[in-house]
Amino acid sequence: MKKSQEELLENQDIEIRLLIQAIYDKYGYDFRNYSQAHIKRRILNRFMLSGMSSVSQMIHECLVNHKFVDQILMDLSINVTEMFRDPAFYKAIREHVVPVLKTYPFIKIWHAGCSSGEEVYSMAILLKEEGLYARTQIYATDFNPVIIKQAKEGIYPISRMKEFTVNYQRAGGKASFSDYYTANYESAKLLDSFKKNIVFATHNLVTDSVFAEVHMVVCRNVLIYFDRALQDKVLGLFSDSLTGGGVLCLGSKENLQFSGYYNNFDGLVSGERIYIKRYHV
Amino acid sequence: MTPAKKYKAVVLGSSAGGLNALKTLLRNLNRDFRLPVIIVQHISPDSENYLIHILNDLKRLKVKEADEKEHPQPGHAYVAPPNYHLLLEPDQTFTLTVDERVNYARPSIDVLFETAAEAYREHLIGIILTGANNDGSRGLKRIKELGGMAIVQDPETAEVDSMPKAAIQACAVDHILSLEEISALLNTL
Repeated sequence: MKKSQEELLENQDIEIRLLIQAIYDKYGYDFRNYSQAHIKRRILNRFMLSGMSSVSQMIHECLVNHKFVDQILMDLSINVTEMFRDPAFYKAIREHVVPVLKTYPFIKIWHAGCSSGEEVYSMAILLKEEGLYARTQIYATDFNPVIIKQAKEGIYPISRMKEFTVNYQRAGGKASFSDYYTANYESAKLLDSFKKNIVFATHNLVTDSVFAEVHMVVCRNVLIYFDRALQDKVLGLFSDSLTGGGVLCLGSKENLQFSGYYNNFDGLVSGERIYIKRYHV
Repeated sequence: MTPAKKYKAVVLGSSAGGLNALKTLLRNLNRDFRLPVIIVQHISPDSENYLIHILNDLKRLKVKEADEKEHPQPGHAYVAPPNYHLLLEPDQTFTLTVDERVNYARPSIDVLFETAAEAYREHLIGIILTGANNDGSRGLKRIKELGGMAIVQDPETAEVDSMPKAAIQACAVDHILSLEEISALLNTL
């Protein structure tokens, strides 16, 4: 009994590795340096739902059925997000980063791994309230084209607005949150004025390179899914993109401590993973 | 391999009533207890990590929040951070994720137990304590499937008995014990 369970486990691990390799070879999406335990959970979850007989069958389906691949890409995207998620982070931005940004005549921000856009619009709202949005350009990127399309639309279930409003207030929001969206029966649409200075585009942190020089990089709860080597590569991308004195914002459980780029940055806010790039690196 | 060296880690899941249960269990461990203990306690997403404070005050294991990529060390206990799932990689390091809730919970006991079962195989001990749902049952079953040991708090002694009861129904557990007996057993391993 035990033996067969272990063999099943071993076979499944091999099949999952091959599936990930097939997706890379055929479509160029590279998950080979993602957390193995995470990838496995997501793939096996899809396997259960698919009704297929083996993970190997999923490999074939991926090669011939583009809809199925899109589904897998969605499974492997990190889609859990909310507006003003981690209110303390936005509060820290208001108190410690906005004064830095105010010294720039024009502000460029790269929000990497933006998913369906909630956190990008949160930043846009904050910058508007601080009088900075008019001179800001935000590049919001994600590897998944389907998600980027959703982000562009900026339409969210009305059922989530209550939670977003609480976050907004706890993040130090200065207005009435409901002024920022128009409500329909089931959905809430962010005002177009917040979209004006945001460019949504696909960009893959694993395979694509630097595309602009920016004053701030926001990339939260993305690096935790990567192994050390890939984390380091992506932190290198961020370091290369940032101007001297630029701001790097990571998720609250992500840190630079073990990265080769640790010495390129200084901590800006204690208790938050917000860093300033040094001028001479 | 002698039985004493067989086990390499303990995973522990608790929910409603978990704080008191964890205190009792840890307090009764020997001071030189050597296995790393990895804990998922269901907590509110924005709770400060007071749990770590309280468990550290017992002066048994060194208790800290689990960091991503960290390798669990003997004599330490690791607590999953609020609002993150805690997973074990095949190389026995931690991963944190912000994926959907599992069994309405993040962190989820099943997520830790299932991934730890595969990382440690027969060298793992899984323990389910008090709680009001059935998180952890699937994970405990997985630990058993891969040759590990399954321990459940005796529902009669649990502050809330549904989680231990669900675990006992899910698989043939090795031991059903009170908290003090669980500690005593761990002390012999």
